Amino acid sequence: MKALSIKDLRKTYKGGFEALKGINLEVEEGDFFALLGPNGAGKSTTIGIISSLVNKTSGEVNVFGYDLDTQLVELKRQIGLVPQEFNFNQFETVRQIVVNQAGYYGVPREVAHERAEHYLKQLGLWDKRDSPARMLSGGMKRRLMIARALLHEPRLLILDEPTAGVDIELRRSMWDYLEEINKQGITIILTTHYLEEAETLCRNIAIIDHGTIVENTSIKRLLATLNRETFVLDISRGDEQRIEPQLDGFTMRQTDDHTIEVDVEKSQGLNKVFEQLSAQEIKVLSMRNKANRLEELFVDLVERGRANKSAAGAK
Amino acid sequence: MAASYSFIALKTIWIKECTRFLRIWIQTLVPPAITMTLYFIIFGSIVGERIGDMSGRPYMEFIVPGLIMMSIITNSYSNVASSFFSAKFQRNIEEMLVAPVSTPVIIAGYVGGGLARALIVAVIVTVVSFAFVENVSINHAGILVLTVILTSTLFSLAGLINAVYAKTFDDISIVPTFVLTPLTYLGGVFFSISLLPGVWQTVAQANPILYMVNAFRYGFLGVSDVNVGVALGVIVAFNIGFFLTAYTLLQRGVGIRS
Repeated sequence: MKALSIKDLRKTYKGGFEALKGINLEVEEGDFFALLGPNGAGKSTTIGIISSLVNKTSGEVNVFGYDLDTQLVELKRQIGLVPQEFNFNQFETVRQIVVNQAGYYGVPREVAHERAEHYLKQLGLWDKRDSPARMLSGGMKRRLMIARALLHEPRLLILDEPTAGVDIELRRSMWDYLEEINKQGITIILTTHYLEEAETLCRNIAIIDHGTIVENTSIKRLLATLNRETFVLDISRGDEQRIEPQLDGFTMRQTDDHTIEVDVEKSQGLNKVFEQLSAQEIKVLSMRNKANRLEELFVDLVERGRANKSAAGAK
Repeated sequence: MAASYSFIALKTIWIKECTRFLRIWIQTLVPPAITMTLYFIIFGSIVGERIGDMSGRPYMEFIVPGLIMMSIITNSYSNVASSFFSAKFQRNIEEMLVAPVSTPVIIAGYVGGGLARALIVAVIVTVVSFAFVENVSINHAGILVLTVILTSTLFSLAGLINAVYAKTFDDISIVPTFVLTPLTYLGGVFFSISLLPGVWQTVAQANPILYMVNAFRYGFLGVSDVNVGVALGVIVAFNIGFFLTAYTLLQRGVGIRS
C-alpha cells in the first residue's frame, strides 16, 4: 500500500512565487524515505501541504488512501509531524504539550498520560516532564517534538530536518530511535541537510529543486550512478620533507606537504594509486572520502537540473 | 465516534485555556479586582454620594451591574485575543491545525476559555461590590445568567476575530483601547441614557454594549433603559454574526495558513 501518493501538486503563493511546479511522488508503506533539496526548493511547502498547514493550488494528495480534499480528518489521523521550527508553547510543561496534542486527536486523557510516560521515557525526557518547554536544551526540544508527533500513534511520521542543530552523539541516538520505530512499521519521511543522515537511514530518496523532482529512486541505485569519487590521502615517507608524488592516469592535487586529493573514476579502482605510491616509497597513513558520496551526487543532480533549465530557457 | 473525538479535543482546548489564565492569575484575575475597587471608591463612594439616585436606585447600586459587565467584556475579549494571537505568534496553533480538530471545536474551545475567565472575574467583582453595596439583590436570575453567557461568548468571538487579523501584539490592543473602552463608557455603565438630550439617546442606541449593560442591570435591579427582549435579541444577533465571521476566517485559514 502507498503511504503517500502525490499527483501533479502545485503551489503558487500570493505574489506569484511558484513553489511547487507539479510534483509527483509515491512512498511505500514501511519505507524510510528522504526528501532532499537545497533551501527554498519546495520541501517544506510539500510537507506543509501534506500536513494541511499550507493550502495547495492544485493536485492530489493521498495518505494511506485518504484524500486530502475529501477525507481530511482521516488523513490527519495517519500523520505525525515534526516541523523544522519549535512550534510548541514555551510556557507549557513537557507533559502538558504532549498530552494536549494527544487530546486534539481525540485520545482520552488517561490514555494520553500513559502514552506520554512511554514516549517521554523512550526519548529521555521523563525527568523533564514537569519542566516548562523553554527550559529544555535544543536537543531536548527536538526530542519533545518527536514525542509529541508520536502520541496519537500515526502510521506516517514526517520529520522536517529533525537533527538540525543537534550534537553528534544525540543525532546518532535519534537515528537509532527512528530506525527502531521504522522497524516497528511506521513509515518515515525525512528532510535533512545532513546527507550522511539520508544515506545512513533512508532506503529511497527524492531530490527536489525549484519546485520539481529532479530524482526519485532508491539510495542504492542512486549511489551506483556515482562515477567518480575524490579521496583524501595522508601520506608519509618517514621524513619531514615535502613529498611530491606522481600519479599517472589520475587527477591529483597536493593540498599540503603530506596530503593529496585524488579523483578516482569508478572503472579505475584504487589499486593503481597504491601501486604507484608504493613504487615511490610513499606510505598511505590514512584515507577518506573528500565529500559524502550522496553529497557529490546531490550537488551534481541539482547543478545538472539547473543547467538543463537554463538551456531550455535559452532556447 | 467522531463526536467523542471532538468532545475530547474541545475539553483539551478548554483545559489548556483555563490552565493558561490560571497560571498567570496575577495578570488575569487580580487586576480587574483592583480596577473595580477603584471604580467603586471613586465613582461610587466619593462622587456617587453627591449624585444621589439614578433610575430610582442609589448611584452605587446603579453602577454595580455596569462595572461587572465591563469586567466581563474586557476579560472575555482580552483572554481569547491574547491567547489565540500568542498561539499564532509562537506557531503552536499548528498543533491544532495538523490535528483533526474541526473549526467549530477550535472556536468553542477558545470561547469556553474566555467564558470561564469572564465568569471568574464576574464573581470576583461581585464579591468586591459587597464591600460597597449593602443589598445586592437579583431580580431576574435567568436573564442575568443568560446575559453573562451571551456577552462573554460575543466578546470572546470578537477577541478571536481580532487575533486572526492581528500581525503584532499592538494589533490586539488597538480594538480594546479605541473601540471597546469608549463604547463601554458610553454604553450606560455610569449613567442612564435618559439623561442624554433627545438625539443623543437615539445615537446611544446604536451602541451594542448599551443593550448588554441594560439587560444585565435588569437582571440585577429590574431596571433598564431599553426593552430587555430587544436587548437579548441584539446580543444573539451579534453572536451569530461574529460566529459566522470567525468560522469563515478560520475555515479559510486567514492569518494561520499560507
